[in-house]
Amino acid sequence: MQDYLSIFLKAVFIENLALAFFLGMCTFLAVSKNVKTALGLGLAVIVVQTITVSVNNLVYTGLLKEGALAWAGLGDVDMTFLGLISYIGVIAAMVQILEMTLDRYFPPLYNALGIFLPLITVNCAILGGSLFMVERDYTFTESVTYGFGSGFGWALALCALAGIREKMAYSDVPHGLRGLGITFIVVGLMALAFMSFGGIKL
Amino acid sequence: MKPIRNVLDKLHPHFAQGGRFERWYPLYEAIDTFLYTPGDVTKSNTHVRDSLDLKRMMTTVVIALTPCILMALWNTGYQANLAIEAGNGQAFDDWRAGILALLGIGHDSSSLIGNLVFGALYFFPVYFVTVAVGGAWEGLFSIVRKHEINEGFLVTSMLFPLTLPPTIPLWQVAVGISFGVVIGKEIFGGTGRNFLNPALTARAFLYFAYPAQISGPKVWTATDGFTGATPLGVLADAPVSGGLDQIGVTWSQAFLGTMQGSMGETSTLACLLGAGLLILTGIGSWKIITAVFVGAAALATLLWGVGSESNALFLLGPHWHIVIGGLAFGAVFMATDPVSAAMTETGKWIYGIMIGMLTVLIRVINPAFPEGIMLAILFGNVMAPLIDYFVVQANIKRRMTRHAA
Repeated sequence: MQDYLSIFLKAVFIENLALAFFLGMCTFLAVSKNVKTALGLGLAVIVVQTITVSVNNLVYTGLLKEGALAWAGLGDVDMTFLGLISYIGVIAAMVQILEMTLDRYFPPLYNALGIFLPLITVNCAILGGSLFMVERDYTFTESVTYGFGSGFGWALALCALAGIREKMAYSDVPHGLRGLGITFIVVGLMALAFMSFGGIKL
Repeated sequence: MKPIRNVLDKLHPHFAQGGRFERWYPLYEAIDTFLYTPGDVTKSNTHVRDSLDLKRMMTTVVIALTPCILMALWNTGYQANLAIEAGNGQAFDDWRAGILALLGIGHDSSSLIGNLVFGALYFFPVYFVTVAVGGAWEGLFSIVRKHEINEGFLVTSMLFPLTLPPTIPLWQVAVGISFGVVIGKEIFGGTGRNFLNPALTARAFLYFAYPAQISGPKVWTATDGFTGATPLGVLADAPVSGGLDQIGVTWSQAFLGTMQGSMGETSTLACLLGAGLLILTGIGSWKIITAVFVGAAALATLLWGVGSESNALFLLGPHWHIVIGGLAFGAVFMATDPVSAAMTETGKWIYGIMIGMLTVLIRVINPAFPEGIMLAILFGNVMAPLIDYFVVQANIKRRMTRHAA
């Protein structure tokens, strides 16, 4: 149990995908203008990340890993070179399935998430999560925890940025820096604050 | 005082619109309103008038800082003289030594004046560099962007030197305050429009850019060759079997502040005196100050109770966590910064408790940093707008349900 807790905390704070690895920056910067949409996107990322990291874990351990195809008599086949294309395929498929399911059974949630769901397909934080899962050799339960944790951490950073940007409505930023320029600086300063967790060993 | 007023009045036309020095008006305005109450009157109908303007607010904070400043002067000298007396180090052979020799002041740790003068020779250069460099940036921005010089810099320039070790190189002070003032504040439009505390931004920048001069055991005492870590630094490296005695200070020493540390942060007593004035005048939020202490004490108690076999910092009880390091200084003067703290009343509690807990968490379980208050407050600043958002939303929801019925 402690293992899972430490994977979760590590994914949320210490190795925050947005502020420690700077992954998923395009969506991070573009969809952080107000907290409400940020919450929607954050929720979508948490859900998609949890599902895709765990499914990709199954794909990896069941099909790609060296020796994974032993059941088919192909014990010495190593298909990890197909990793990238399979993971991104899984992510795209998962997002599509999720979208159709939500549209059919939970229309309010579907409407709330709106454009963000398809947008997530190309979010590098999502692919990054799957790649980290492979690199660290997580088991299935660990990947579920990691997927949820890293998604949650990304969502937390996104909402914090959105909060700051809402507050910055009262700021008087020099013309050349307005918009994305100042947002980059804000993200840098936020990363400085997130350094407080860097170095914790769990 | 009349002559000064007359001079200022005489100069006014030159700086006013259409005058020769119109561009420099912010500088004139800063000096004028620093010395006198502004003479502007409201021209439209309704207005609220309160004698508490930004300038008085900031001045009050500076006054509240006086005990910490005095303590910074005395303790810097005391620690150095103590080390020199014991033969553990020599005074740096620089211009400061020349001045001390000129004044005929030796290295005697029991001499109040000797300690104060020694400390002043270290504190004031840092302070003057801060004011000169930071002030220059403030002036530049206010002239180019045509806004008034921000009073907030009065406090920033006083807080920043107090968070530094006495041996910090002066060029680093200049670099740090430049980052704090420009990136931490001015590019957002000045006081009241930033989201991080500028003094802490400056310090955090120095901390990550030049760690050798702002952390470790060598920097806290202004002598050559003396090694004395802060109590938290000592414990971070100590084996757990040695017990609490390894810390090297007694509780009352830590409370009074006669220990190693950044210049202004060592004395909890001085910080509490400042807190008294801030709370009395209503400038610092008592909720935030209390919440930071409560949060720190709560988590410290928990960790203390759990204990550890490998980490000596678990030995520190809540009563220790509150007096050592910069917790009190940060809680009283940094976390309460009205610009970067949470604005809502419930939010202040959450914000403060989060900072307190995070401080203890970083101190105890993060081996990368011995002290956590700086980063904890920066993290609190980052989260404050989000906390406010949720508090406001909850309030809206509560009132909606009340009125729906």
